[in-house]
Amino acid sequence: MKTFNYTIKDELGIHARPAGLLVKEAKKFESKITLSGNGKSAEAGKLLAIMGMGLKQGAELTVTAEGADEDAAIAAMQEFLEKNL
Amino acid sequence: MKTYQGKSILKGTAIGRILYYSKEEQMVQRKSIDDPEAEWKRFEDAKEQASEQLNALYEKALKEVGEQGAAIFEVHGMMLEDDDFNDSIKNMIKNQKVNAEYAVATTGDNFSMMFAQMEDEYFKARSADIKDIAERVVGILQGRHAAGDLGDEPVILAAKDLAPSETVQMDKSKLLGFVTELGSANSHTAILARTMNIPALIGIPVDAELDGKMAIIDGVKGELIVEPDEETLAHYQSRKQEEQKQRELLQQLKGKEDITLDGKKIRLYANIGSVGDVARVLANDAGGIGLFRSEFLYLEKDTFPTEEEQFQAYRTVAETMAGKKVIIRTLDIGADKQADYFNLAHEDNPAMGYRAIRICLDQPEIFKTQLRALLRASAYGSIGIMFPMIISVKEVQQAKQYVADIKAELDENGIPYGDVELGVMIETPAAVIISEQLAKEVDFFSIGTNDLTQYTLAIDRQNAKLDNIYDSHHPAVLEMIRMTVENGHKGGCWVGICGELGADTTLTEDFLKMGVDELSVTPGSVLPIREIIRNTSVK
Repeated sequence: MKTFNYTIKDELGIHARPAGLLVKEAKKFESKITLSGNGKSAEAGKLLAIMGMGLKQGAELTVTAEGADEDAAIAAMQEFLEKNL
Repeated sequence: MKTYQGKSILKGTAIGRILYYSKEEQMVQRKSIDDPEAEWKRFEDAKEQASEQLNALYEKALKEVGEQGAAIFEVHGMMLEDDDFNDSIKNMIKNQKVNAEYAVATTGDNFSMMFAQMEDEYFKARSADIKDIAERVVGILQGRHAAGDLGDEPVILAAKDLAPSETVQMDKSKLLGFVTELGSANSHTAILARTMNIPALIGIPVDAELDGKMAIIDGVKGELIVEPDEETLAHYQSRKQEEQKQRELLQQLKGKEDITLDGKKIRLYANIGSVGDVARVLANDAGGIGLFRSEFLYLEKDTFPTEEEQFQAYRTVAETMAGKKVIIRTLDIGADKQADYFNLAHEDNPAMGYRAIRICLDQPEIFKTQLRALLRASAYGSIGIMFPMIISVKEVQQAKQYVADIKAELDENGIPYGDVELGVMIETPAAVIISEQLAKEVDFFSIGTNDLTQYTLAIDRQNAKLDNIYDSHHPAVLEMIRMTVENGHKGGCWVGICGELGADTTLTEDFLKMGVDELSVTPGSVLPIREIIRNTSVK
């Protein structure tokens, strides 16, 4: 299992559009990717669940990946978050 | 005529018939089904169709309102593919053996509720998105056609609420404005209205009764006026025309100098009647205020306004104009402007009666209070003071003496005041004839063409019977103006026009050629006049 923490920098937080892109990204991997923060957690492949976390700017997010391609998954998620959120 | 108060999304005017739009009642009944596999297949087919529709809407919106407005349909497409959303529908169909319509509608309601309960306004507003996609799928399952036909004439669309997919499907050239009962300033409908630049109101009680009625959206006040009377309609029609012209002119002329082709700079100012008008002065990019009618301070009240009240009003305007010239006319009451507490006797001929500077010089306490407030406010901007209804040099000298006395008083008390320009209104033939002498007393002239016309032509402008011969283009009036300009310049004054003729675009070129230095007009006329100035040579 791999994990990293990330603080949301985007002004609007994880809003609909980047959440959708994040889901697309996460679905590229076999590993189970989970986001937790704001006292909630959700699978990275589930758009409504991620939006339902209500993550705003400044929120602390923990990303974990577990599975065959967990290293690649973590690297990709990290890159995605840095770039988009 | 009935007026409803709502909240405005976009300042602007729309006039037209209301089209009441209601989603066909979504009668989703729970039915038991025998073949869950077949029902799931029905759902998957409907979902695919919905997805195609959303792609098409995305492309359409991208062309019409750009990336920002279109993104919502991309998001809708993603929501439609959401695992939890689909799992919930699948579970209901397979385990509860219910029809696909019911499973989709219930799932949509549940997720919509989840968002509706979130604290953040942005996420809250997403509940409408979930509803929208669920309704789209249900509509397809039920074989309903997508709505959006507005008919042939442009309309004001009224609805309880509008989903983004509904607004984007509508033909924009047929849409004058939106009125909705629900929705927030963050809703996509509001965002689309802003992007499309059409007036929109939210929070207006909407029902089927409104359908087909003539209505006006006043985007400034946030009002919907249903079945306006003729006068109201005419008022808003001219406002709408003005807005249209303004918009076009603003694009081209805002921020440009008021300078003639041969390089003469003109002071292009605006007339105002209250502190609230300053916003329009700034919006129309006037170079200053050429006539601030101080009467409103007196007419709005039951007693004389105090020095402090006046000071606050003048100071606010001076500060808001941030160093641009603000010319305030001292009290011009009497004639058609009356306030009970002045106890003015009834006069048979009030236009030629006890009014304006005549009252001020006769009751110096009223005058001195105003002058003190004006001088104190002058420390906060660039204020000019002008005296109305002048007919003699002596009146001007008396008025100036009061100004000098008050300055001395302020000096004594260590109260600051600024460099104040003094001027007179030229609105009587007497003032025109002696303008060369008057010019030696003051810094500027401002020609009040309305009164000047009525006194020159001996026509009471309140008398409707004489409207046909009341001609403000009369050669005598124009000659009066020319003389005033010439004599004013001889005495070192700059000369402006603040009456209605100042905004008469058929005369602007003539005035500029006469040597007029300033034109003060209603805020809405500033840019049209600027256009003429910039295309005229004065030589």
